[in-house]
Amino acid sequence: MSEAPHSLTAPHKLEYTYKRSTGPILGRFFGGLRDGRILGVRRPDGRVLVPPKEYDPDTGVALSELVEVAPTGTVVSWAWVAQPREKQPVGRPFAYALVKLDGADTPLLHAVDSGGDAKKLRSGLRVRARFAAERTGTLRDIEAFEPAEGAKAEAGWPRALAQKDLPEPLEILKVPVKLDYLYSAGQAATRFLRAIAEGRLLGQRCPVDGKVYFPTRGACPEHGVPTEGEPVDVKDRGTIVSYSIVRVPSENLAVELPFAAITVLLDGADSTFTHVLSEAKLEDVHMGMRVQAVWLPREQWTTSMRNIKFFKPSGEPDAPFESYEAHL
Amino acid sequence: MRDVAVVSFAQSRHVRREPDRNEVEILMPVVREARERSGLGRGEIDFVCSGSTDYLAGQSFAFVAGLDAVGAWPPICESHVEMDGAWALYEAWVKIQTGYADSALVYGFGKASMGDLPEVLALQLDPYVLTPLWPDAVSLAALQARLCLEGGVVSEGAMAEAAVRDRRNAKDNPFAQVKGDFEAAKLLGEPFHVAPLRKHDCAPISDGAAAVVIAAGDVARRVCKRPAWITGFTHIAEPQDLGVRDLTRSRSTEIAAEKAGVGKGPVDVAELSAPFTHQELLVERALGLGGATKVNPSGGALAANPIMAVGLVRVGEAARRVQDGSARRAVAHATSGPCLQQNLVCVLEG
Repeated sequence: MSEAPHSLTAPHKLEYTYKRSTGPILGRFFGGLRDGRILGVRRPDGRVLVPPKEYDPDTGVALSELVEVAPTGTVVSWAWVAQPREKQPVGRPFAYALVKLDGADTPLLHAVDSGGDAKKLRSGLRVRARFAAERTGTLRDIEAFEPAEGAKAEAGWPRALAQKDLPEPLEILKVPVKLDYLYSAGQAATRFLRAIAEGRLLGQRCPVDGKVYFPTRGACPEHGVPTEGEPVDVKDRGTIVSYSIVRVPSENLAVELPFAAITVLLDGADSTFTHVLSEAKLEDVHMGMRVQAVWLPREQWTTSMRNIKFFKPSGEPDAPFESYEAHL
Repeated sequence: MRDVAVVSFAQSRHVRREPDRNEVEILMPVVREARERSGLGRGEIDFVCSGSTDYLAGQSFAFVAGLDAVGAWPPICESHVEMDGAWALYEAWVKIQTGYADSALVYGFGKASMGDLPEVLALQLDPYVLTPLWPDAVSLAALQARLCLEGGVVSEGAMAEAAVRDRRNAKDNPFAQVKGDFEAAKLLGEPFHVAPLRKHDCAPISDGAAAVVIAAGDVARRVCKRPAWITGFTHIAEPQDLGVRDLTRSRSTEIAAEKAGVGKGPVDVAELSAPFTHQELLVERALGLGGATKVNPSGGALAANPIMAVGLVRVGEAARRVQDGSARRAVAHATSGPCLQQNLVCVLEG
């Protein structure tokens, strides 16, 4: 076995926005936040849940009586975040806290911004919600809670809400998610990608039955054993085993529509892979057609499968059906 | 109920960052070792079940790649849980109970180093009212720790002692990541990480994998000299909302322990998967363990924390001690979700 290479790495960003249906209770809760108000829901025993829920967590009974609680409350517990992450609510050291709002019986998780000073935090601290100037109907409409030592718990919370006092519900909550990763290709893929940067296509042999897998994955997916032997070179020409004419656009597509997506069995390999056929009339594409890789100019080669721009017909006679029958 | 036993166990060396190997390459030798130790050939294992989470790789269906380590042609009977491998073990155990399988290979794996784990774990929270605030896993645990400290349920000293114990025990564990001799007083002199938690209160972040083979009655007796029989197995969940839970005790562990019959006999060894020191103390209490129980002889989750495998490692470590005769009766615990939301308890006997 050749020496284990240090793995190639590449950044990967996962980014999307979930659009979530809110339902009758949370919809009003988020609508309330948009109006600068905080809502809870009353349980059968009279206690008030904040944030509100559609069902009682103990009994599963449906809940419907929304009430308004105060923008002031008391810190029940807190955790000091000395090094906030980018997505977190406050850009300087702050506390995540469980805050029991006046009129509520359960605490709400949110942030407390004490100007970066941990010494101002304590359990029992009185705090007040600081609403954002522009609100869209999310818990982030409360930028953070702030210490409010003078704010006494006022009587009158929670407040009953008549139908006309209920906020307009928010129908859809948008939750953006963005995560950063650093992928490592692993040993087998690193070997494969380093070779393709030199114009070589590497396969690896299963030690059990000798089948050659391309691209190299480090394991025989059939037997679950590592393909530890010396990699073998696979040719950059082969046979179309199957194909599909693609007429639907998708993002990051490098070729023009319509094109043929092909499953290719490369000469010397026992597994197929998928690529793009070009420089061919689409009506001519067929199973058994012989194709060859068209590479980028050598000076543009990198450790990427994209070094092969596409495949084109090689002009050789068709391969006999038996030669690829096992791969259908 | 059918008699089912753990017949073999294997794990990787758990490290902060696997620089060269991808998940499948970490997993493959572990699966192979567990399979070889089980004495069961590939065709003799009826069911395969795995635990992992795609968010560690940021790629949907990332877990399917794990099958490369198993070999899935001709097609195999297989399942996956988006949970720690201990829950995959539970599914496999149920499968054997149904009579549809007599043996199963179970594995869990995670390469946490590819992303920011405490942040990634924010995605397991309520997506309406919690995830938008991006509370990281350490901050949530710190909120719980403060409630426990101020409520007099635990002390900073006892938390530090838990870390000292686990790290000392881990000295004998070649697979552990954080180990050595430490003094509680010195640890308490360290600055806060996310107050009131210090670094020693938090499990490390680890890349790693584990695999276990279980088998029913006669099969287990045939391949294993001293099978570790599963005599109790339960998992219990609490609500997702932190505000409606009592965070100063682990009710779900108490119920799981009761249902699994932990108290029906002396417990020689307990392997706990709590990733924070105060949680380890809560779990120890909830299980009702006494002074005669050796807790975390492997070092527990505080010594190595390969997420999605760490709970399965606890079962494997407990089973190993039953198999080698150093324990007659052992308990393994696994947890999932924020602040000990879900807990699994497995009782193993020789």
